[in-house]
Amino acid sequence: MTQETPQWRPRLKDIANQEELFTSGQRLCAGCPAGSMARMAMHALPRPKNTIVSQATGCLEVASTIYPYTAWRVPWMHSLFENAPANASGIEAAYKARKRQGLEDDIPDLLVFSGDGSGFDIGVQAASGAIERRHNFLYIIYDNHAYQNTGIQRSGATPKYAWTTTSEVGKKEPGKLLWKKPIALVYAAHDPAYCATASVYHWRDFMKKVRKGMEVEGPAVIHVLSPCHRNWRYPEEQGMQMAKLAVETCFHPLWEYEGETRKYILSAPSRVFALKPEKKKPVEEWLELQGRFRHLFRPKRRDDLIADFQRLTDEDWAFIQKLSNMG
Amino acid sequence: MPKKLPGSKDIPPAGVTWKPATEYRTGDWRSKRPIRDEEKCTRCLTCWIFCPDAAISWDGQDIHFDLNYCKGCGICAEECPVNCIEMEDE
Repeated sequence: MTQETPQWRPRLKDIANQEELFTSGQRLCAGCPAGSMARMAMHALPRPKNTIVSQATGCLEVASTIYPYTAWRVPWMHSLFENAPANASGIEAAYKARKRQGLEDDIPDLLVFSGDGSGFDIGVQAASGAIERRHNFLYIIYDNHAYQNTGIQRSGATPKYAWTTTSEVGKKEPGKLLWKKPIALVYAAHDPAYCATASVYHWRDFMKKVRKGMEVEGPAVIHVLSPCHRNWRYPEEQGMQMAKLAVETCFHPLWEYEGETRKYILSAPSRVFALKPEKKKPVEEWLELQGRFRHLFRPKRRDDLIADFQRLTDEDWAFIQKLSNMG
Repeated sequence: MPKKLPGSKDIPPAGVTWKPATEYRTGDWRSKRPIRDEEKCTRCLTCWIFCPDAAISWDGQDIHFDLNYCKGCGICAEECPVNCIEMEDE
């Protein structure tokens, strides 16, 4: 553990000299922020040469390791949707046993990537178990709001009224009928050593959280918003702006939970909106840029649905403010 | 006589992916090419951190675009704080 740098601040000129551990040549869609997200996470590692990545199925896995190519320059292991954190627990247990036998000196850092299909729905049981057993790993859930790599099926992360291929828009239904799972709160309720939400646009905040999650002793979870232009239907160059607006409308507030103090803390990009609520943007501004919410605006503007979306967003935001003693 | 295909004993076990992805050039996906105005550029490296394809590199002095891998998504042009990157049609 490197505890001498508790206030690590990423400086671009320094980290730009580091080796890329998630390389070019990966085949994510052009403009997919998941690539940036993986690069940021890999650049924030405290011990880059001593890290093992375990990955659940998802866009990032499918696109980065198309046989026989791999974009990872670290030991990397793919498993199913269900068991990426279980894999990480197994790796840690194996290293512990080998250390006990005097075969290894050191236990490597463990990093788990999963998409929202695994992190919100299919892999919750394995993640919950691994956190309960207090394995020392960081679990990064990158949330793009649906099962994108199999063709845009709705997941537990899809927000209400969003179009996906399994929550069609028609006369009977205006897209998905249910609200999104507050997954970071679910994992925070497991009392891990560290839990946080992040967005790809706020890279400094995200990288600091990754560093903190890796350094802390015990399980850590980061839920990071990573837009998807194939489902969300926005021009591909605006991925970062979508993530930024999601924070500015408080749809995706950034906060962290520290296991040591058992406190919820709003992170700087979101604290602004708690201190100055007039700066918060209406969620409509974010919705109307996305084709998956087009039916809320055309052919007829559905003010009732937009108001409902705003209400749910505000309720979540008020709850987070209350948890962090800012409301 | 066709070349004999590798059998089950000739390929690595457990689906090991052994080749670096950098052998696969994603640059030919591109329909737009980033052009940087070197005068205007402040070398803030915002484009470097946001590039999803690690196609932008920093040698300590200047920024270089690696067009072998750039998919032309335009995130760098959109995020550049001084708007010094233009996307030009190939």
